[in-house]
Amino acid sequence: MTLQFNDETFRDDYSFHNSDRALKRFPFPFHEDSYMYSVNMEQHQGGPADSIYEKRFDVDEHYVSEMRDRAMVLADDPLRCQSLPHMTLAGWDLLELIMVSKSEDYPDLFELHRDGDQWRWVNKPMGIDDSFTFLDEATLPYGPMEYITRQTQGDFCVLDQRDDNLWMDAGTITTQADWSLDFDLGMNFFEWHAPVPMAHEKGIFVRALKFLLNIQQGAPARRLNWTLTVNPLLDTSPENYHKWGIQKTSMTPETVGAKQHLRVELQTFFRLPRSNALVFPIRCYLCSFQDLTKTPKWARRLHRVIRDLPDELATYKGFIDNRPMMLDYLSQFDDGLPTSLGIWPDLDTEPALQKRLI
Amino acid sequence: MSGAQKIAVTVTAVVPLNDLVTRFEFRRTGGGLLPTFSGGAHTVVEMRDGDTPRMNPYSLMSDPMDQTSYAISVRRDDVGRGGSLFMHNNVAVGDEMVISNPVNLFSLDLRAKKQLFIAGGIGITPFLAQIKQMERLGGRWELHYTCRSEALGSYVDELTTQHPNEANVYYDDQDQRIDLKALLDGQPIGTHIYVCGPKGMIDWVRNTAAAEGWPREGIHYEEFLAPQSGKPFEVKLAISNKVIQVGEQESLLEAMERSGVDAPYLCRGGACGQCETRVIDYTGNFIHRDHWLDDAEHASGEKIMPCVSRFEGKTLVLDR
Ligand code: HEM
Ligand code: FES
Repeated sequence: MTLQFNDETFRDDYSFHNSDRALKRFPFPFHEDSYMYSVNMEQHQGGPADSIYEKRFDVDEHYVSEMRDRAMVLADDPLRCQSLPHMTLAGWDLLELIMVSKSEDYPDLFELHRDGDQWRWVNKPMGIDDSFTFLDEATLPYGPMEYITRQTQGDFCVLDQRDDNLWMDAGTITTQADWSLDFDLGMNFFEWHAPVPMAHEKGIFVRALKFLLNIQQGAPARRLNWTLTVNPLLDTSPENYHKWGIQKTSMTPETVGAKQHLRVELQTFFRLPRSNALVFPIRCYLCSFQDLTKTPKWARRLHRVIRDLPDELATYKGFIDNRPMMLDYLSQFDDGLPTSLGIWPDLDTEPALQKRLI
Repeated sequence: MSGAQKIAVTVTAVVPLNDLVTRFEFRRTGGGLLPTFSGGAHTVVEMRDGDTPRMNPYSLMSDPMDQTSYAISVRRDDVGRGGSLFMHNNVAVGDEMVISNPVNLFSLDLRAKKQLFIAGGIGITPFLAQIKQMERLGGRWELHYTCRSEALGSYVDELTTQHPNEANVYYDDQDQRIDLKALLDGQPIGTHIYVCGPKGMIDWVRNTAAAEGWPREGIHYEEFLAPQSGKPFEVKLAISNKVIQVGEQESLLEAMERSGVDAPYLCRGGACGQCETRVIDYTGNFIHRDHWLDDAEHASGEKIMPCVSRFEGKTLVLDR
C-alpha cells in the first residue's frame, strides 16, 4: 500500500495524530494485565503483515515530520549526535545496513545503486538523491552515522563491543525518554543502566548483556519498552526538561485523554559486520489514551497495568503524581471482564466495553 | 535451531601450502554475495564424515571487504578427532558444504593507537584478515610470527613482500625467538596486543605483558580448542528426559545433538559462552577445558561447557 505522510508537529501546537491504520498497528506493549521488567527479547525476523515488526526498519506515516523534528533538535543542540573517532567504521556499517534494508523492504520509497565503492542513494519521501564513495567521509555532507540517522525514524545507540561489555561510543539521540547521550557517552552497559530501579536486583542486566554480546550477524533481536509522556513530544530529554517537565502539571481531568500518551519503544539489536559493533535502534511510537481506549482489550488492560504498577517504576517513569488522575480517567472504561493473553487487539473476539463512556 | 545462521557454499579452490596446511576457498552456492565480516571472525564448517557430523570453527583469512569469496586455512591434525583430516582428505573443488555466518570473538579494538599481532603457526590466519582490514582503514600495525621452519611458514612470502616493514618472522629450527620483553617495552602508549597460537604461547604473552604492567583490556587472545577425546561417560538430561552416552571420540555437545537435543552453541571451542549448561547433580570429576568459566566456577561443580569439557564418574545430571 502507498504511504501518506502526515504533516504534523511534535511541539508547540502538537498537531501529531494517528490515522486508523496507525492505531491498528500500534505496538501495545502489555501482553497481560500486569507489568514487571523482564529479559523480554525475541528474534527480529519479520512479523504479521503491516505490523511494526514486519520490516527491519519500520517506515510509517510520521516519517517525514519526525525527520523534520530531528533536524530542529540537532540545529539547537549538535551534541545530540556524537561519534567517538573509533566508531566511524560502525557508522558506515549502519549506513549500509539501513540503506540495504530500506531499499529492499520499501523499493517504491528508497533506492540504492551500488557499483563497487560508488553508491547512489535515493530517498523519495525526503527528496534526497546523493552519490558518494563508500568509506570516504569527505563525499557525504555529514559523518555516515549522522547522515543516515537524519533519514531514519528512531534514536540510535551504536555500541562498541570489547572487554565482554558494550560501550556507548556513538549515537543520534533526539527522541529519548529522559536520558542523555552526552552524559552517557563512553559508559558501559551497567553504568548507563545504573538509574533503573529493581532490574539490577533481579539479575536482568547480567542476563541481557550476555544475550547482547552473542547477537550474530543476520540474526537481529528486539524487545519493547514503554513509558508515559504528556503531549506527543518526541524530545523528552534531560537537556530540555525545563521545557517539557512543566507540561506534566498542565493536565486536567478534561484533557488527560487527549494529552496523556503511551510511549512505546521498539528496541532492536543488530550486529554490525565490518566493525563487530552493535547497533541499538530505539523507535518511538506515541498514542493518546483516548485513542487507545477505542480498543476494548487495551482499554481494560491499560487501566489495570497503570493501577498495579509498583511505585518505584511509576516514580522512575515520571508519572506517579499524575497517576490518580489517569486512573480516574481509565477506570471509566474498565468493566472488569477478563482479557485475552498477548499484545494483539483481538477486535473480533474481545467483547465491547460494558461500561458507558461519559 | 542453535548456532549462527547457515550459508550454503561451494568449494572453489583447495590449495596445499605445505606439508601441514591447506587453504580452502568458498563461494555462495548458486551465486550472490557473502556477508561482510570483521577481521578476527571465524566460521563454523559443517562436515559429513560418513555417519559422523562434525562442526569445526576456522578463522576467516580472506579480505573482510571481499564479499565474493571466503578463505580458511586448515592445519592437519593427525592425532585429533578427525575434522581437519576430513577437510584434507575428503574435500575437493566443487563440493557443496554448509558454513555458519561469521562470528567474531577476536575483534580489533579500534581505539588502539597501534595493533601488535603475535602469531604462532596456524594462529596466523585471523591476522591475515585483520591486516587487510588495517591496510584498508589506514591503521598502524606490526606482526611477529613464529613458524617451525621455513618449509612450514604459511603465507610468509606474501607477508614479507607486501609488508616488509611490518612483518617479522621467526623460525624455531633456526633458534630465532621473539624478544618479547624488549618488544613490549618499545611500544607506544595505546598499543593493543593480539596473540593467537598454541596455548603455551598465549600464556607466555599474557603473563609477560601482565608482569610488565600492561592493562588486561589491552591484551587479546584467541585459542580455539578442538574437543578432545576421552573416556566414554553417561549423562542424564533432565529437561529432555533422556539418558545419553558420550563416546570416546565425540564431545558432550555432539552427543546431545546426536540424540536430537537442540543445545545452544556458537563457537564450539570453549570461548563464546553460549553452550553454558547448569549441572543439577553429579558424583565424579569434571574435566573442564573452556576459557569461559573462571576458576571458581570450574571448582563449584555447578556449570559445564559441553562443547569442550568432559566428565569422569558415576552420575552427571544436566539442566538441558
Ligand atoms: C545495548 C543496548 C541498550 C542500550 C543502549 C540501553 C540504554 C538504556 C538507557 C540509556 C536507559 C535509560 C537509563 C536512565 O534512566 O538514564 C535504559 C533503561 C532501561 N533499559 Fe536499557 N539499553 C539497552 C539494552 C537493554 C536490554 C537488552 C534490556 C533488557 C532487559 C534493557 C532494560 C532496560 C530497562 C528495564 C530500562 C528502564 C526503562 C524504563 O522503565 O522506562 N536495556 N536503557
Ligand atoms: S559453544 Fe562456545 S563455549 Fe561452547
